[in-house]
Amino acid sequence: MARARAVLRSVLPFLVGLPILLAVQALSPPDYTLILVNVGVNVILAVSLNVVNGFTGQFSLGHAGFMAVGAYTAAKITLAFSGVQLAFLPEAVSDQLVFALALGASMLTAAAAGFLVGMPSLRLRGDYLAIVTLGFGEIIRSLIENMKFLGQATGLSGLPPYTNIAWVGVSAIATVVMARRLAVSTQGRALFAIREDEVAAEAMGVDTTGYKVRAFVISSAYAGLAGGLIAHAILLTTPRMFTFVRSIEVVVMVVLGGLGSITGSVVAAVVLTVALEGLREFQQYRMVAYAAGLIVLMLLRPQGIFGTRELWDLAPFRRLPRPRPFGGRASTGPEGASPTAVRDDSTHGGRP
Amino acid sequence: MSGPILQVDGLRVHYGAIEALRGLSLEVPDGQVVALIGANGAGKTTTLRAVSRMIRASGGAVRFRGEDVTRLPSHALVARGMAHAPEGRGIFLNLTVRENLELGAYLRRDRAGILRDAERAYALFPILAERRTQVCGTLSGGEQQMLAVARALMSKPRLMLLDEPSLGLAPQVVEKIFTVLREVNREGVALLLVEQNAHKALQLAHRAYVLETGNIVMQGTGAELLASPEVRKAYLGE
Repeated sequence: MARARAVLRSVLPFLVGLPILLAVQALSPPDYTLILVNVGVNVILAVSLNVVNGFTGQFSLGHAGFMAVGAYTAAKITLAFSGVQLAFLPEAVSDQLVFALALGASMLTAAAAGFLVGMPSLRLRGDYLAIVTLGFGEIIRSLIENMKFLGQATGLSGLPPYTNIAWVGVSAIATVVMARRLAVSTQGRALFAIREDEVAAEAMGVDTTGYKVRAFVISSAYAGLAGGLIAHAILLTTPRMFTFVRSIEVVVMVVLGGLGSITGSVVAAVVLTVALEGLREFQQYRMVAYAAGLIVLMLLRPQGIFGTRELWDLAPFRRLPRPRPFGGRASTGPEGASPTAVRDDSTHGGRP
Repeated sequence: MSGPILQVDGLRVHYGAIEALRGLSLEVPDGQVVALIGANGAGKTTTLRAVSRMIRASGGAVRFRGEDVTRLPSHALVARGMAHAPEGRGIFLNLTVRENLELGAYLRRDRAGILRDAERAYALFPILAERRTQVCGTLSGGEQQMLAVARALMSKPRLMLLDEPSLGLAPQVVEKIFTVLREVNREGVALLLVEQNAHKALQLAHRAYVLETGNIVMQGTGAELLASPEVRKAYLGE
């Protein structure tokens, strides 16, 4: 029963989201498509980074590096399959299948990279992770710049235009659902415990290093997915797309939305991406306005727009039946062990 | 009396170039209370941390329930029945009392047993029952310390490491905590207790060790040390 409800909560967003995405895709003028794709990709990046920086309280600065791993993996695969039509399938279906395969592979390689970076560095506490991940991002970039196989500084171009609003939208929903399901799970509780007090979490029997690595690997996988998507939207991938600045942009979104708040990351990613587009006509001044906006926001609301809370925790929504909040005030026992988990499930529930 | 539940043999810990523990050995017999007393910087907290593997020892061996645990990670020790109530309590301040207790049972899956133990914790510390749904940041220091002890018990330990449970607390609260510790011990949980309050610790302890700059300089039963002129002079202010 509880399992069925959990499955429903995971599936429902897709059932609701897909028709909307297809409608938007059919109606949106081509000029806006790239902006919408950018919004979606930034949502994926921000929400996935939030799993490490927000849920777990670690500080990763290497999201662009994992994105690069994903982008190049996907690009290599779609290029290898370009012109090859899978047997018995119409071209459109075959293309989609190749793209799905490429995105899956980009998640896997990015996850593997996340594991390699996370394993040694997550044993350390404090700022070391930031330094190591920062270094990793730059290493990836300079590796790519020097590999003939990956097109060096010019990158790989002529990618097939597979990315559309439906792909990005479904991926973004998948990222949000993943983060949400994680947040309300035993594993999520372990991550919050690590964020609040790592020593105490360890003393409670939480395998802190293991959980940190897991969070990092999951986060990296979704960064890889974002990389694969963006590469097939702008039809090329170059090392310059994945600089340190790109990582910082994502960190800004997460901090601005509120560390630990999924809806915060989504809102911040949407607002910042759209704002940067909207300010485009002011040319070089747009970065000034952008930076000034960030400074003002950080002065007024240092905890981010939502803090650790979610959209539905805020005052106007308070009266609505709401899903169990996570993080701060939720029942924190592991689901199997918490004496209250069952009761909480049946009193709230209802919303995915 | 059965064999020792904890055996520490030649434990060494370095902080950079400084040697904080210089080959310390001690034993906690199963079901007994062992106290470590000593001045600031003697290595009491370091000993507990090295035993529960929160810091790495540079030498020596720790055996817990007959198993060499020197290389195991901390959380694995919790699973084997060692609970550490760390210095500074390590309470999750954003969570409620109940949630903190639930976290103490993180590794357990027997829902009924957990409920029972939570009720027992409330019976031991009735004030915690009153504060059940209160966020822990709003608890007093004494209440937080009670919670730290109660939470450590939630993992159903065979051995509990307690770091300065009386630190900064009012005498009445100290009294309360020691009463509970005595009761917990009577039910068969062994305690390794680090204390500044040597008097209280020695009264409770079956055995005690006096630490000085990373070495054990004296040991005996609690009563022996309480009676010893050196201890009385150095640690009991007489």
